[in-house]
Amino acid sequence: MATAEIPYQETVPLHHPKGWLGKYVFSQDHKVIAVQYGITAMAVGLVALVLSDLMRIQLAWPGLMEFFTADHYYQAITMHGMIMVIYLLTAFLLGAFGNFCVPLMCGARDMVFPYVNMMSYWVYLLSVIVLMLSYVVPGGPTGAGWTLYPPQTITAGTPGADWGIVMMLVSLAIFIVAFTMGGLNYITTILQARTRGLTLMRMPLTVWGIFVATFLGLIAFPALFVSAVMMLLDRMIETSFFMPAIVSLGKSLSYTGGQPLLFQHLFWFFGHPEVYIVALPAFGVVSDLISVHARKNIFGYRMMVWAIVAIGVLSLVVWAHHMYVAGMHPLFGFFFATTTLIIAVPTALKVYNWVLTLWRANIRLTVPMLFALAFVLTFIVGGITGLFLGNVIIDVPLSDTYFVVAHFHMVMGVSPILAIFGGIYHWYPKLTGRMLDDRMGLAHFWITFIGTYVIYFPMHYLGFVGVPRRYYENGVSDFYPYSAQLLNETISVAALIVGVSQLLFIINLVWSYFHGKEAGDNPWGANSLEWCTPETPPTHGNWGEKLPTVHRWAYDYNVPGEEADHIVQTEPHRPGSAASGH
Amino acid sequence: MSDAALETSQGPIASTVKDWSSDMTTFKGVPWGKAMMWIFLLSDTFIFTCFLIGYMTVRMTVSEPWPNPSLVFSLAFMGVPVPLLLIAIMTFILITSSGTMAMAVNMGYRHRKVAVFWLMFATAMLGASFVGMQAFEWSKLIGDEHIAAWENPMGAAQFGSVFFMVTGFHGMHVSVGVLYLLIVAFRVLLGKYDEKGFEIVEITGLYWHFVDLVWVFIFAFFYLW
Repeated sequence: MATAEIPYQETVPLHHPKGWLGKYVFSQDHKVIAVQYGITAMAVGLVALVLSDLMRIQLAWPGLMEFFTADHYYQAITMHGMIMVIYLLTAFLLGAFGNFCVPLMCGARDMVFPYVNMMSYWVYLLSVIVLMLSYVVPGGPTGAGWTLYPPQTITAGTPGADWGIVMMLVSLAIFIVAFTMGGLNYITTILQARTRGLTLMRMPLTVWGIFVATFLGLIAFPALFVSAVMMLLDRMIETSFFMPAIVSLGKSLSYTGGQPLLFQHLFWFFGHPEVYIVALPAFGVVSDLISVHARKNIFGYRMMVWAIVAIGVLSLVVWAHHMYVAGMHPLFGFFFATTTLIIAVPTALKVYNWVLTLWRANIRLTVPMLFALAFVLTFIVGGITGLFLGNVIIDVPLSDTYFVVAHFHMVMGVSPILAIFGGIYHWYPKLTGRMLDDRMGLAHFWITFIGTYVIYFPMHYLGFVGVPRRYYENGVSDFYPYSAQLLNETISVAALIVGVSQLLFIINLVWSYFHGKEAGDNPWGANSLEWCTPETPPTHGNWGEKLPTVHRWAYDYNVPGEEADHIVQTEPHRPGSAASGH
Repeated sequence: MSDAALETSQGPIASTVKDWSSDMTTFKGVPWGKAMMWIFLLSDTFIFTCFLIGYMTVRMTVSEPWPNPSLVFSLAFMGVPVPLLLIAIMTFILITSSGTMAMAVNMGYRHRKVAVFWLMFATAMLGASFVGMQAFEWSKLIGDEHIAAWENPMGAAQFGSVFFMVTGFHGMHVSVGVLYLLIVAFRVLLGKYDEKGFEIVEITGLYWHFVDLVWVFIFAFFYLW
């Protein structure tokens, strides 16, 4: 019945633009939009990288940079955090990978609404521009910390309390509009525009990760949107949603009776799912990378899918574990600690399955594989410290120390970035038709991987000895031993090296585009649909005349009794084959 | 057994499982735009939910007294103040517009373009009159009762803040909906959907019914609490 049905999309004419502007700038092609998202996210990510290096120089050698005042430091912290979490990670994993992978892996010609998809990018670009403009408004960008907690965010004394915060909130609201336009497209495409034979349980895990993450985004970003609107009203027309009666700099302000905790709840109802909005696509990408480069089917595919779904659901009910130190009823603490620790179950399941996929596999240590393996290691480290911080009594003393900094950088900073790098090295050949250079890739990998451990491992120790986070200047004191300062300097040196080494990656991207080895259609011998396009790089419409037909899942590697080392998804089943029943 | 008979013999759970484990489309026969509108409305639901929860939190935690809605929202009818009169009329109009919208969807599937146009036009006009009355209500609150977003002579300043914010956000949705309705109505009349089919009328209707449904909650939480 269903097989006779012709997919709607095969009959929908695609809008083929004429001219350079329509093809490469205002393009409705999902691949071009993915590249636009990727380049913008990387550019803004470089800004955040420079900011972090400035902060590290300040922490290691206070006073070295005379122009870098305490205000600048706080502005750098805030912008670094917000840019990395939202404008780089979310935008890259969903905007770039989402756009590139979803239609190709689902066997679709494009997103279901290409025009809306294009607008999504341009609105995203607008949000980035508004954010960057906060550097030129009076008072500079906000320095309230990326969590933007009121009342300090909009009271005098916090850098950027005048206009920086307004730019930040407006930019966030615009970003949410952009995300919604993109996200609706990803979900509808995955649900309604798959090709013949592609059931949900045959989709590559990358698509599953993007699917659930996008869903989370559509549910969680509204909370950020609402809190941004309310804080904007507090700032602009002096409503008192979040602002209690308050005396600031000797003057009592006109605010009265607001509820600062409400902001924290709204913010973290967005903020915690945000961790998984970033992590789930990374899980998916890494699962696919590991399976392809270990030449073995992913272990426990079904469980991997259900783990993604379970993590997505659970992530909506743990938000207040970010607020233990704000004070809460012990029973709430109990509830949120319990749900938080329960998330460890599906996450651990995923880690075991990655490891079991590797077990006795034919592992090829290609650059994308190295990044995928590094992701698994880093995610374990960051995840385990998460178990510490999920418990109220351990969280309270460790909160606001470098332990927390180490934890969240490991688990949602470095890990997703490693997955992004892995994904780029993996899909670059499909995108451009050329391989990225291996020597530069290896150097980039080892410097980044070892470097991040030199940076973040010592921070756990610093946290245990009680070094507070977000301080502009520590120096040596009774509370701050010389050894801690020495570690600080070590971390900063490593951070500078890692920061500079990213240039190698950028150079590689550009150099290989012109001089890289010809990749061919399927350089990694992978199975999923994006490697089955008739042309590399895929042209507008992806599939030529007819959409592909899928006969199996994407993980038939080294099937016993089969000649070929891998069987692509479009290959029909042979009677008597040992290939899985997927 | 024919497919339709198979479908009914399986029951709702089995057929849901079958749809979700099938290829190509999860929601059979649902056009892309309709699926997308449903998902958008899910997201929008969370926006309004956050607004309403924010409102409830603020209302429960303010230290100053909350004004009595029956007194604040009253309209003088022949010199006698009647509580909630204006808002009752507004609610009635909005619910009526849902009715005309549903009729438009019905006519759409019968391909009766002119009827669709007039019913959608009527829906848009009812929506516009709702927004107009909302503007009147706002001007009364601001002008006569001196309630502003940042102050309120009758008690907690947050009363004005949340009221203007949430009803304003909803009013914005209605205004956008009116534009959306008018655009679709004229395009229907011009024959833009003759080939594609009239699902767009239903999609517009989904949005409009959602806006109405949200109003029911706003009405209950702001005017009856």
